[in-house]
Parts: sequence; C-alpha cells; structure tokens
Amino acid sequence: MPQNEYMERWRRLHGRRLDQEERIRKRQARQGHKESKDAQNLRGLAAKLRAEKRRVEKIQMKKKIKAFEERDIKLQGESEAPKDAVPAYLLDRDGNAQTAKGLSSAIKQRRAEKAARFSVPLPKVRGISEEEMFRVVKTGKTQRKSWKRMITKPTFVGEGFTRQNPKQERFIRPSGLRYKTAHVSHPELGITIKAPIISVKKHPSDPLYTRLGVLSKGCIIEVNTSELGMTTTSGKIVFGRYAQITNNPENDGTVNAVLLV
Amino acid sequence: MATVVPPPSKRQRREALERTQVQHQDDPSTQVQGSFRTRFIDGDGQQLADVVEVNFADATEKNMSQLLNTLLQNDKEDAVPYRFKILISESNKVINSLPASPAELPELLKAHGLTSPAEAILSFVAEPQAVFKVNAVSRLSHRIPGHGQPILCAQFSPATSGLLATGSGDQTARIWDTVTGTPKFTLKGHTGAVIVVSWSPDGELLATCSMDQTARLWNPRTGDSVNKVLKGHLKDIRALAWQPYHLWSENTPYLATAGKDTTCRIWNVNTGLTEHILSGHTAAISCVKWGGTGGEKGTIITASHDKTLRIWDPVKGVLLHNLKGHAHWVNSLALSTDYVLRTGFFEPGTQVPATPEEKKQKAKERFEKVANVKGTLVETMVSASDDFTMYLWNPVQSKDKPITRMLGHQKMVNHVAFSPDGRLIASVSWDNHTKIWNPKDGAFIATLRGHVAPIYLCAFSADSRLLVTASKDTTLKVWNLKTFQLARDLPGHEDEVYAVDWSVDGQRVGSGGKDKAVRLWAN
Repeated sequence: MPQNEYMERWRRLHGRRLDQEERIRKRQARQGHKESKDAQNLRGLAAKLRAEKRRVEKIQMKKKIKAFEERDIKLQGESEAPKDAVPAYLLDRDGNAQTAKGLSSAIKQRRAEKAARFSVPLPKVRGISEEEMFRVVKTGKTQRKSWKRMITKPTFVGEGFTRQNPKQERFIRPSGLRYKTAHVSHPELGITIKAPIISVKKHPSDPLYTRLGVLSKGCIIEVNTSELGMTTTSGKIVFGRYAQITNNPENDGTVNAVLLV
Repeated sequence: MATVVPPPSKRQRREALERTQVQHQDDPSTQVQGSFRTRFIDGDGQQLADVVEVNFADATEKNMSQLLNTLLQNDKEDAVPYRFKILISESNKVINSLPASPAELPELLKAHGLTSPAEAILSFVAEPQAVFKVNAVSRLSHRIPGHGQPILCAQFSPATSGLLATGSGDQTARIWDTVTGTPKFTLKGHTGAVIVVSWSPDGELLATCSMDQTARLWNPRTGDSVNKVLKGHLKDIRALAWQPYHLWSENTPYLATAGKDTTCRIWNVNTGLTEHILSGHTAAISCVKWGGTGGEKGTIITASHDKTLRIWDPVKGVLLHNLKGHAHWVNSLALSTDYVLRTGFFEPGTQVPATPEEKKQKAKERFEKVANVKGTLVETMVSASDDFTMYLWNPVQSKDKPITRMLGHQKMVNHVAFSPDGRLIASVSWDNHTKIWNPKDGAFIATLRGHVAPIYLCAFSADSRLLVTASKDTTLKVWNLKTFQLARDLPGHEDEVYAVDWSVDGQRVGSGGKDKAVRLWAN
C-alpha cells in the first residue's frame, strides 16, 4: 500500500520520463503478442484467472458491438412516422401515456386480481411444524417444567414491544434473530429498497406464527414504502404495502421480499 | 298458423260498451286554475307583441309558440318554432325552459320569487329555433377502415354531407363518400401526421396542415394537390383558419396558419405566398380563428400556450389587442359566428346562389343575421384554458377586458363551441362533464353528465338542438339541448375518439380516433 501520493509528487517535481510516450506506445503495440503468449503458456491458477478475466472482457465486448449495431439500425429507420400520432390538443402534453386500451386492460387486471386476492408470487409454501419452529425450554428448579418455548426462526418484534415478566413468558423471541427491515423489490419498477417492516400480516403455516411475527419464506409482511413515492388514485402517498418474503431469512441472515401489486 | 284470439267475454263487452257511453272528463282537481299576462320579448329585450292573457293550463311551449306566431301574423309557411325563457324582473331570475307540464308552472314561478303570478306580467324571452329539425343520430351506418394510423381530425364539407375529410397520423388525408361509405381520395404528400383538415367556405378547396411544417391545398373534386405547398413555418402547424367567404376579394381567398413556432402566417391561396407573419406570442399557438368583424377584412384571433389571446389586423399584419387573463395555456377558442363562417353561402334547405356576387351577398346576409345584436355586428368569443376556466370576450366593445369569467369545470377545458345560432356555448373538459353556458352574460345553464373519461371534442347539430361529444371513453354521446339530457349513447369505437364533426345539413355525424377506422353515424 503506497503511503501518500509519492508518485504524483515525484512527477510534479521532476516531470515524466522523456521516453514515456514511446514506452506506452510500444507496450500497447506489444499487447496482442503478450496476450497470445499468455494464452498459450499460462498454466494452473494463473491460467484459470486469465481465462475468467478474458471471458468477462468478451461479454463486455459483445455487448458493445451489439449496442453499436442497434444504433446503426435506428439511424436508418429515423424517417419513420412516430408510432402514436395524437391530435393537436394532445400535443405537448405529458401524462397521456396511459391509453384507453391500457386503462381498460388495467381495470380487467384489477378485477382478475380481486378474484384471486391472495394470489401471490410464491403460491406454495412449505409448512413449518411446531417441532421445527419451537425448542422446548425447561424451567423450574429441577428443570421439570417444559411449557416455555424458544422460537428458532427470525422474528419481527414491533416497535413498542415490552417483554412480559420473563418468568411467565411462554414464547421467547431471541433478540439475535430479530429483524426490523426488509429488502423489498418492486416487480414492475424493478427497483429494490430497504424498507422498515411494519407488521407480519399472515403466516401461511399457522395463525399463531402470525401473532408471534415469525419471518419465514412465503410469509406476508407489511412494509413502509413511503420512500417509493407510490400514490393512490386520489393522489395520497401509499404508506404501507404488503410484500411476500422470498428467501429463507434463517439461512441468509437478511429478509428479502417482493411487493404485492 | 296464426293464433286466433278468443272472443271477448261478456264482462269485457259490457265494460267496452260503458266506455263508449260515458263521456270522459278531465279531473278538474289536476287542472291548474287561473291565468297570467305575458309579454313576448326577443333576446335583446325588444317587445315583440302586445301583452296577452294566457291560461296556466295552456302554457306549453308548443301553444305559446303558436300564439306568438299568430300575434306576429306569421302564416303557416313562415311559422317559426320558438323556445322560451321566463324573465322574472322582480327577482331578476331566469327560468331557462318551460316545464313539461303546465301544472308545474305556478310552483316554478313561486320557487323563483314570484308570489302572485296571476297579477304580474311575465316576460317571455322568445328565441327562434331553426325551422328544420335535425334528428339525433342513432346508429352506426358505416365503418370504413383505410387509415393506417390514428385519425386526428375530421370535417364535413360545407356543401354537402356526402363528403367527409379526415387527417391521420399515417401522413395522409382522405376524403370519404359518406353516402356509399367508401373511400374517395387519398391525399398523399405530407411527410408528417396531418393535424388539421379544413374545407374552404365555398367547398372548392381543402387545406391540410401537418407536423412536417407545411400546409397543403387540395382539390376535393379530383383529389389532386393544388400545386402549392405552403412552406415557411419553422415547426409543426397546429391550427388553420380560412378567410370568411364574404370578405374574399375577387376570388383570392386567404388562409391563416399558426403553430408551434409561435407565429401565425397569412397566405394568399392563389399564389401560395406569405402575406404577413404575425409574431408576438411567446409559446405555441393552439388555435386560430378569422372573424368577420373589426375591420374591412375581419380580424385574426390567435390563442396561445403563453396564456394570451391576440387579435390582429390581417391587412396590415399588426397587433390590435392583447387579451390577458388566463392563468394557463389557452386550449380552444370559439366565435359566435363560427358556423356561418364555416358554411359561407350554404344554408341547409335552400338553393345555392348561382353567381359569385349572389353567393357573396348570401354569405354576408347569413353572417350579419347571426352577428347582429341591436343593429351592430358583434362577434363574441370564448376561450377555454388549462386553468379550468373560460373567458368571454368582446374585443370590439369591451377592448382588452373580458366580459366575464366562466367557472365551474374541475379540470382543464379542452374544447369550447358556440351553437350555430349563437345562443349557447358548450364546453367540454377533462373532468368528464360538458357544460352549457349562456353567451350573453356567461351564465351557467346546465351540466351534461354521462361520460366516464375526459371529453375531447363536441359538435353542435345545425339546428342547435343537439350536441355530440367525443370522449376518451371510446363513446360518442348525443345530448338534447332542450332537456339537457342524454339523447343517444353511441358506443362502437374501439379506442379513444379524437375527432368528431356533425355535417352541415345534420344528416350525419363522422368520427374517428385511435382505432384508425372512420365511423359514420346516421339517424
């Protein structure tokens, strides 16, 4: 690790080597030969690393070539009429993007959604048994009572939660497995934000898990999406939206979810 | 085999016999008693006939109309149907139409502040209606595909309802034979979407203007281009207005075009040269009209997105008035004489004059009949804006000050139109409502509710009794302007309706929109 910008300083004081441009030119001219030699002669880990680097470079190159080709096509077809001609009174107006056809299909879609209100991105969820969810905690002076349960999965505990008397607490939610935020992606906008969880709305396995706020795959949570700036039809900002958890938080250590829209 | 109806039973025969023997009498309790005295006045307040006494029971619109015709000694051929408003001088209120049944009249008068109608003299404002009557269009007569892109504008020929011109995003304008429902001509030449089509008031030329910054002229008889491309605008042309026919000098019509480049150009149609460039607006011009008053060649009125309206002298090319008031874009502009200026010397139900002098005379007469208010020629204009309001202007009389501001819409007003007789204003808005206003004082008359999406355009029938509106909700609706109720709902379009026009003789309605097919509606 260089300490301070000593190379820049040296350059400022003394300037570059007089043959610097010549050296760069020569190095570039030699580049192809060096590549070729490496490709033929490298062995072992060095070869693997080089191949991986080369593969990534090639992907980028192909993307670039494709982009150039597409740009050329666009230049050829530029004189074509614009797709959606609008009358004089709609020119210069934005916000008329949503067409009547789009509108009616949106209405149809909404109706379809109403029919299957709980059709969610993950329709099938593995059931979680009580044996898996809870670990029995033995209590009592001689450890003979076993009515206490420790939850083995991540949980969401609300903001204002106060523990009951620990002696009488039946369910223990370990503080190390508590989550306050989820990474929520909007399927249509294609963006992901870190949003605070508001509550657990429905756990598919058991209403008891819903009450306890267990976070597991397929569970419906309510998240605060005010950051996304989505508005209702009347123009108010949508505060809470439902989302479904898409990963196994107990394995991954984070909560990922997809918004239900 | 036909079903034989069984013979009437004895009881049925007896009842039928009783009905024939007993004379039917109206129940006197439902009849309204008493009478009132009435004075007939015209729209300007001039008394038309002596004060007469009328029974309440007889006060229907038909009876009153007949009575006035008798008092004016119109014989049967000259009889004009009238529409009445009741002016109550004590409370300065107006009852906009007579109730359907005369029994409701005393109650209505009481509700408007007249305690003893039998003692007062009621002023009946008589508004002559068109002698002919347009039937509401009720069915889709033709659907003609042809355009390859959305239809952006449509206008019927002023001469006949047999020709309809449409302009489309596919860079063509087309003329359709509406009688047979077939395409007649395709007018190719533009290199951009055709935004406006406009027939000259004599029906001999068709002007189109386009996104390609040019306007073109066409011969609608042959479908050929009249070899002049009006080039000069620097951006797309958005509006077009013909010089009124009675102001044409020696068969050289002029044309005004305006567009996004903030200027308005006046063209000599015969030479295709620009006569004047009217510049001054600071944003796109949305609407241009050529009025018949204010100068020997009329005046040009432009409405712009820079929130102002400007009035220009077309001879000198100078600014006469700058009308400020709107708080946002001005979208639409209508003159009280729009219909007569568009139709020139063509009057439905009459012969077309033979010589150019007679045509000019006829056009002038028709214009003066509509523009005449107490002996002077007055063109009222109304402008609709994005600020949800409309202004009523009369630049000749009240200069730069508006007569009134018309409030009521809850979203931007897209289009505004005067009825052919100049007695009603209709405004359509994105709040899904059409509103009807009185052009005299800008008073609100009625709201027409029914559309479920923004309304784009409206068109009056030639007799001013009906209105058709075109909306984003893919329907047309026909409204009765006597009852202010929906007369016909015309579904059929598959997408937004962008253009609608009612033919000059009232036979047909033509519409077009995003579904690319022209639709013709007939009674």
